[in-house]
Amino acid sequence: MKQTLEQLKEELQYEKTNACVQCGYCLPVCPTYMTMGKETHSPRGRINLIKMVGEGKITDLSVLEEPMNMCLGCRACETACPTGVQYGSLLEAARAAIVKRKTFSVPVRLLRNAMFKKVFPSRQAMTLTGNAVWLYEKSGVRKAAHKSGMTNKLPYHLGAFEAVMPQAVSPKERKKTPDRIKAKGEKKYTVAFFTGCIMDAMFQRINRLSIELLAEAGCDVVVIQKQTCCGALHAHSGEMEEAKRLAKQNIAAFEEENVDFVVNNAGGCGAMLYEYGHLLASDQEWAARASAFSEKSKDISEVLISCGGLPNLRSKRKERVTYQRSCHMTNVQKVTKQPVELLKSISGVQLIEMERADMCCGSAGIYNIVNYDASMEILDEKMKDTKATGASVVVTTNPGCLLQMKLGIERENLSQSVRALHLIEYLAETAGIS
Amino acid sequence: MKAVKQKHIEEIQNIVKEGRVLIDKSDRFSYSFDGSFGTFLPDAVIQTKSVEELAALVKLANREQIPVYPRGQSTSLSGGPLPVKGGLVFDLSVMNDVLEIYEEDLVAVVSPGVLTSAVHQAAEQRGLMYPPDPSSSHVSTIGGNLAENSGGPRGLKYGVTKDYVIGLEVITPEGEIIKTGGKTVKNVTGYDLTKLIVGSEGTLGIITKAILRLIPKPVASATVMAVFNSLVDAGSAISKILSAGILPSKMELMDQSSITAVENYEPLGLPTEAEAIILIELDGHPLALEDEVKKINELCHSVGAEEIRIPKNKAEEAEIWRARKLVSPAIVRIKPTKISEDATVPRSKIPQMCQRLQEIRDKYNIHLVVFGHAGDGNLHPNIICDKNDKEEMRRVEQAVAEIFTTAVELGGTLSGEHGIGLMKAPFMEMELGTAGLEMMKRIKKVWDPNNIMNPGKIFPEPGQKLELS
Ligand SMILES: Cc1cc2nc3c(=O)[nH]c(=O)nc-3n(C[C@H](O)[C@H](O)[C@H](O)COP(=O)(O)OP(=O)(O)OC[C@H]3O[C@@H](n4cnc5c(N)ncnc54)[C@H](O)[C@@H]3O)c2cc1C
Ligand code: SF4
Ligand code: SF4
Repeated sequence: MKQTLEQLKEELQYEKTNACVQCGYCLPVCPTYMTMGKETHSPRGRINLIKMVGEGKITDLSVLEEPMNMCLGCRACETACPTGVQYGSLLEAARAAIVKRKTFSVPVRLLRNAMFKKVFPSRQAMTLTGNAVWLYEKSGVRKAAHKSGMTNKLPYHLGAFEAVMPQAVSPKERKKTPDRIKAKGEKKYTVAFFTGCIMDAMFQRINRLSIELLAEAGCDVVVIQKQTCCGALHAHSGEMEEAKRLAKQNIAAFEEENVDFVVNNAGGCGAMLYEYGHLLASDQEWAARASAFSEKSKDISEVLISCGGLPNLRSKRKERVTYQRSCHMTNVQKVTKQPVELLKSISGVQLIEMERADMCCGSAGIYNIVNYDASMEILDEKMKDTKATGASVVVTTNPGCLLQMKLGIERENLSQSVRALHLIEYLAETAGIS
Repeated sequence: MKAVKQKHIEEIQNIVKEGRVLIDKSDRFSYSFDGSFGTFLPDAVIQTKSVEELAALVKLANREQIPVYPRGQSTSLSGGPLPVKGGLVFDLSVMNDVLEIYEEDLVAVVSPGVLTSAVHQAAEQRGLMYPPDPSSSHVSTIGGNLAENSGGPRGLKYGVTKDYVIGLEVITPEGEIIKTGGKTVKNVTGYDLTKLIVGSEGTLGIITKAILRLIPKPVASATVMAVFNSLVDAGSAISKILSAGILPSKMELMDQSSITAVENYEPLGLPTEAEAIILIELDGHPLALEDEVKKINELCHSVGAEEIRIPKNKAEEAEIWRARKLVSPAIVRIKPTKISEDATVPRSKIPQMCQRLQEIRDKYNIHLVVFGHAGDGNLHPNIICDKNDKEEMRRVEQAVAEIFTTAVELGGTLSGEHGIGLMKAPFMEMELGTAGLEMMKRIKKVWDPNNIMNPGKIFPEPGQKLELS
């Protein structure tokens, strides 16, 4: 592909690198700089590499590949940066530029195509996946696989995740999830619930509990059937066109109902929805619709607090709880107070914040699957801080983090004494909803 | 100076057992910059915690005449760690595991990669204080601070890094490991090599350990903000306070452009119509503080302060200091490039310096923001510009040169704390004179006969000019 440096600059959003004054203020918060110990894996280093490509000092884009792949995309660097560098956009642009020029091997290309274009965006396919997970469990294959040690042979270390997979929902129950449910008591808001592809396939129960809690707090809830995957995994992997297509589909789907908020319960999806306005900013037809959508998009903790919280939350026994934040909720949506407020409102619960509470757990979308070793190093750091709190419950606000923290507990042999839960599960448990 | 060859890399890899040698392009580019300007590619980057391995590498470099550049976290604002002639970068930030506090001796022993803020925390946990407080302290290494002789707002009362170092372990440019000073505050055995190394910007050797002096932590502090309608009055207030026998721990100045920039960035209720504000922090015994706050109030009013604000609680106090912290990020929102100077003048010359800076601003039609550690004459005139605008950058170069000349004319210096490095080397002779500079060159020659240790820094190359465009 022949093209001028000017075009490449534009593609990489080079001008955004100028905001970086190389002060290094982002170094102490970057998990990969901490675990990998070199500038090549620091935000400042990554931005500099992009800059070097934009200035023609590096001509071979493959130099960028590893540093960009090893980035978690947690965006803690953005929160730390005093000059407001838009690192998230730079990362996405760099990954897209790499993907565009890369010829993947045939199997990888087919897999990428299938996952990004067919599976995640299709509710049917994801439901099928969900059902397959269920079947896998119920049929005894899971047990057999466990016994025979087959799980150790799964590709990409998928075996490691096997032990922490959630209990799947049966196809029958899956069908039972209602499309509309009325607020209990006085109605405060009408909200549309964003199901999310992974949440829907693997954490159906949490979705159901979310809807019930919203109703409990005073929301009429609708579940719009035409919604699709948020596109976060696509955007983070450099599949920008597909991400935009999904965004448009969601925006159009949610425009059909007149609601106060679009509510999600997954920090990663929430961040993507929050950024639709940004994603489609240069698309004349969609820009205004996208930002209107983003404005309505809220994390469930925000909406529960806007409703005045949940009454009568009580844990059965006195419990120490710690909260592992979702990076995207903290650094993109900037939702930090509401989950804490909800946890503090549960009687019998002592919330103990861990050291480096804002640091990523290493799950980061599918990072823990494709960069397993790097992810585990970060998880080990996270578990040190988690253990130091002495908490018996680790609360999370994103499905990826939830699985990762479960994996951490498993790796530390703590599953007898420590549980990892989604905030919603814990709220439901202490509200007496099962 | 010789180039690094494959056989050198092999020899280096054989020496480095405890750490790693980075030679990939992505890695080399990631160690090609600092907090100032320019990109210079090293041939290899070495990360090891072993002092012996580092010493062996220096011996090799000295034998083969390969340049070596010590590096902390590369937050230098003057080009200090840049590998300007290729060669080896030693990433010393990995040497971060020694941080011992000896309470009875009021001493800390640290390895060079420990972050400055980690030293602060460790001291504070024991009711002690390590006073030097560069604003980059949560990122910078103590080794970088020692090499740059860094300072911060507290320099006014407590001095700078050099006032708190009593001993060092250093690898000389010939690869010998030497110790200077020791654990005692009093020590007159021979020349004070400790002080020679401190502030030498990595040109005389690699610091591998340091013994730092600590002091008891003051029990209380108080903050005052004084608002002025004239920058010159603000300057007079500073002199008045200091000559009235009050020594604040911090005394920071913000001019109108910085006040406005901060308010636009994050509204904090600052007086944007004021031409300057001074932020004062006092520390000591609570009763003494009460008295001093009163005095400051009166003194400021006597020189025409518009308003005095005294925060009622810690939250309000934090808000005031937040304003000062936000100046740097706020001003780069105006234009992307920030040239951060730190020319320093004697305290009594602050009003004159302020006056001259305003003249320079108008003469070259540049966006100049003045803020900084006014109490010790260490103003930070920052020029906000756009490095892509070549014509503007040429005006900026001229303005910077004139700021330096002015500071020296007023009896001050090129740099209060950021160091000479690459950027200010061309102005050395102006301040030191030919003979003064020559003495420094001779010292360098004796320590580093082959000129392998951080070459290209401090001393100007023939014909070297300040280049920003
Ligand atoms: C936003 C910002 C604010 C700043 N504020 C201040 C401030 O308030 N006050 C202040 O004084 N400075 C300030 N600085 C400048 C900078 O942070 C300091 O100079 C700091 O001491 C550099 O530390 P470092 O670890 O980053 O060292 P580097 O930048 O990596 O190196 C600095 C110099 O030290 C040498 N060096 C590093 N380690 C060693 C070692 N172990 N042995 C020998 N030589 C070594 C290098 O060769 C180089 O010449 C600021 C910088 C930024 C970006
Ligand atoms: S904190 Fe921001 S400006 Fe500073 S190095 Fe990191 S990205 Fe660049
Ligand atoms: S997104 Fe996270 S991992 Fe990536 S550079 Fe920023 S802080 Fe580091």
